[in-house]
Amino acid sequence: MSRIKLFTNGIIRENPVLVLLIGLCPTLAVSTSAINGLGMGAATTFVLTMSNIVISSIKNVVPSKVRIPIFIVVIAGFVTIVQMTMEAFVPALYEALGVFVPLIVFNCIILARAEAFAQKNTVLNSIIDGLGMGIGFTLAITLLGSIREILGNGSIFGQRLVSADANTILVFILSPGAFIALGYIIAVFNQLRKAK
Amino acid sequence: MEYLIILISAIFVNNIVLAKFLGICPFFGVSTRVSVAAGMAGAVTFVMVLATVVTFLLQRFVLDPFNIGYMQTIVFILVIASLVQMVEMVLKKVSPSLYQALGIFLPLITTNCAVLGIAILTIQNDYNLIGAVVFSIANALGFGLAIIIFAGLREHLEMVNVPKGMKGFPISLVTAGLLALAFMGFAGIV
Repeated sequence: MSRIKLFTNGIIRENPVLVLLIGLCPTLAVSTSAINGLGMGAATTFVLTMSNIVISSIKNVVPSKVRIPIFIVVIAGFVTIVQMTMEAFVPALYEALGVFVPLIVFNCIILARAEAFAQKNTVLNSIIDGLGMGIGFTLAITLLGSIREILGNGSIFGQRLVSADANTILVFILSPGAFIALGYIIAVFNQLRKAK
Repeated sequence: MEYLIILISAIFVNNIVLAKFLGICPFFGVSTRVSVAAGMAGAVTFVMVLATVVTFLLQRFVLDPFNIGYMQTIVFILVIASLVQMVEMVLKKVSPSLYQALGIFLPLITTNCAVLGIAILTIQNDYNLIGAVVFSIANALGFGLAIIIFAGLREHLEMVNVPKGMKGFPISLVTAGLLALAFMGFAGIV
């Protein structure tokens, strides 16, 4: 597979959220606004790429029987780095994402890529795969965040689209809206992929 | 009274799945039949309460006194993973019938973000030990309630004529959305 194809694989053909349907907890929980989605996406992309680098470079020295605990420790290490960095530099975002920052460890996307890709491929290919998958995740979660913010709050990235006292569909900011909006996004995405 | 409020608020008002979005993967993954969903709910209850108590004690007596709170994520995740493994081995020896019922769900729970999520939320909410136990039981019950209702809905959904593009996962998500909407009716009772 060529490198470009490898990169776009995670964005379209195997988009983690819209096609593989993994990593749904953070997707649904933090997509209350476009900026939260982008922040979560960036943090996950960083952890995913870094853990892919480390895991693909140590793949020959890790005994296969204990690989899962080792992968989890590597991932948890990078999550702790992200957690402390966010707390120091973007405390508002850290507050908004809440418990879902430490829960990046449990984001199935990261362990799935370590297991399915990084432990079998070269470092360079693993970086490309991590970036592709991370960007695919970021695009999906930002798209969901934008739709929910536009419908529920009448704004996008904090910029107001309608006047502040206009009636918006508040339910899209709340939890039911997350499920319903993601359901429709996946339905539309499936149709587009089939049409192509 | 204080514990009753924790119980009701965690089960109905701030339901772990439908309002806090923890444990979405098993919520969609093993909710195709009511009996399977009930087995998963049982396994989650068992592991969640045990994990919350163990991580709570670790935080109070190891992480806090030595001032190494930043190790929380790494320590908790390792503790939960090994705890699940241990529970599986103990159950296999001690109670084969219970192992038969819960066994296949236990490995799935290792990567269930609900367990780690509740362990961390317990610390963040600053409960005492009894509060932590009540909080974890309440959330486990909330998880069970949500997944069993949802499995019941999905059993019926199979007999419904769904538009082609919405078949499968999209309609399940919309159904979950409507269920979450119904749970929002509980808002404000505590």
